[in-house]
Amino acid sequence: MNALARPFSVAAEARLSSADLPKPETLIRIEDLTKVYDPKEGPVLDGISLAIGKGDIHGIIGRSGAGKSTLVRCLNGLVAPTSGRVLVSGREISSLSGAPLRAARRDISMIFQHFSLLSSRTAAGNVALPLEVAGVEKNEIRRRIPELLELVGLSAKVDAYPSELSGGQKQRIGIARALALNPQVLLSDEATSALDPETTEQILALLKDINRRLGLTIVLITHEMDVVRQIASHVTVLEHGKLVESGPTFDVLAFPKSQVARSFLSSIVAHDLPRQVSERLRPSPAPGSSPVLRIVFAGQAAHEPVLAALVEQFRIRPNILHGRIDYIDDKPLGVLTLVAAGGTPTLPGVLAYLSSLGLHGEIVGHVL
Amino acid sequence: MFFDLLPPALVGLMFESLKQTLTMVAASAVLSTFIGLPLGVLLVVTAPGQFLERPLFNKVAGTIVNLVRSTPFIILMVAIIPFTRLVAGTTVGTIAAIVPLTVAITPLYARLAETAMREVDQSLIEAAESMGATPLQIIFKVLLPEALPGIVAGQTVTLVSLIGYSAMAGTVGGGGLGDLGIRFGYQRFMPEVMIAVVIILVAIVHSVQVAGDWAARRVNHRVARSRSA
Repeated sequence: MNALARPFSVAAEARLSSADLPKPETLIRIEDLTKVYDPKEGPVLDGISLAIGKGDIHGIIGRSGAGKSTLVRCLNGLVAPTSGRVLVSGREISSLSGAPLRAARRDISMIFQHFSLLSSRTAAGNVALPLEVAGVEKNEIRRRIPELLELVGLSAKVDAYPSELSGGQKQRIGIARALALNPQVLLSDEATSALDPETTEQILALLKDINRRLGLTIVLITHEMDVVRQIASHVTVLEHGKLVESGPTFDVLAFPKSQVARSFLSSIVAHDLPRQVSERLRPSPAPGSSPVLRIVFAGQAAHEPVLAALVEQFRIRPNILHGRIDYIDDKPLGVLTLVAAGGTPTLPGVLAYLSSLGLHGEIVGHVL
Repeated sequence: MFFDLLPPALVGLMFESLKQTLTMVAASAVLSTFIGLPLGVLLVVTAPGQFLERPLFNKVAGTIVNLVRSTPFIILMVAIIPFTRLVAGTTVGTIAAIVPLTVAITPLYARLAETAMREVDQSLIEAAESMGATPLQIIFKVLLPEALPGIVAGQTVTLVSLIGYSAMAGTVGGGGLGDLGIRFGYQRFMPEVMIAVVIILVAIVHSVQVAGDWAARRVNHRVARSRSA
């Protein structure tokens, strides 16, 4: 895709995901899910309700101990919830056990942080495992293996043992194995946490590609917001077993409501000011002080000449403190913090002007 | 050569004893594998937190294994004489000696196999479960193949211990090299017989160890090595 074409396709995608289209089909529904391992320690998951649409890449982010591993294991029945329900494509996973549960799991595959490949089997043997488990015929398995390895770009490594592969290659085998049974859902348990940044990017690109080509729904848990930013269409923030925030990635990242989400975002979106700047902020105006204005440019409005308008229309002398533009889910998100010198009297007008453009403006403090 | 120092009749006897030792060791090794491996699997999969969790069974089986293992072989052999008679129809001879040898060595092998299988990363079992594998599939496709290098190493240790135990089988008329060494070398003051027996036993043990190490390396793919190996 060339650089000029980008904004148009971005706009097109933005329109596709907006509310005037029929709501996408829900594939996974989690209802009031609670899990208690040890009553003395309190719930690991506490009343989680969540719907995940078909074809979404849904990121679940939280610190270690937030309950994300348990949540993702409730989706394929590796963990049985204490109360609440989990439905995947209409089937209530949380009520199944034995053979029906095993059958349901074939629709929901999983990739792992440490790849979880059998050291005793070659790449081909590892990819064959789920097919063998499902009782697929030998000839059919032999036919599928090259196909699956091709899909993850590892055709040359058919006979290699995991110990002969790099981390990124091992995860590709893990992905090929996960796709063997044509699942509807792929669960990713910190699948890139053990990889270096470059390999992480490649694996995420592969997942996104698979999501597009096969229409596979992906639920990925991670503690890295950057992973969410790169591929997730939706994100859920967990903290101490509770759902703190959930929604389309762009919305959550652009306008985080919770402190937890903000702190996760600090590494990739400039919501919080650098300490050197924030220390100088005062909560209320003082004689001779100037307001500090934070403007969030989201989506198309990022193209408006806002600063020029501030100068010409409102006679403000903007002094930029901090600014950054990020791409989230392929849409631009800019955050600009400036001292609006001489702007105190016209401030309400400024905020009205910003919101008329569809921009989010707020006063974060005052400086002398 | 050294063996030329021995009277020819004794050399014949030595071959006879070697045959008895090999018979006892081979037979009890095969039997203990067939009983010990499933027992080892059961000890692993019924442990608390495992996919066929049965805490009571696990505790009882573990206790019996420990009981047999802590009983000195010479005492065990005498203690289970009624059982030996029941199984072998007799309590004397090479065949009868196979029974106590098997009883004594099976718990050792089961424990070694159990240890090897417990080393298998829990996440591999979880991965197999997430694919919808049945408990039997997990055992045969994940647990046993992944633990194979350790199981082979355990097999080697078991064989070496068996060779040692078999030397005591003379007590119940089992014959074998150890018996020969005691009867001629010690009781008839013929140290050259004792030395010959020890040399043969050392050679057998050494060969078993070398072969076992080779086999364990052969089935181990956990670390990268050159393809020609």
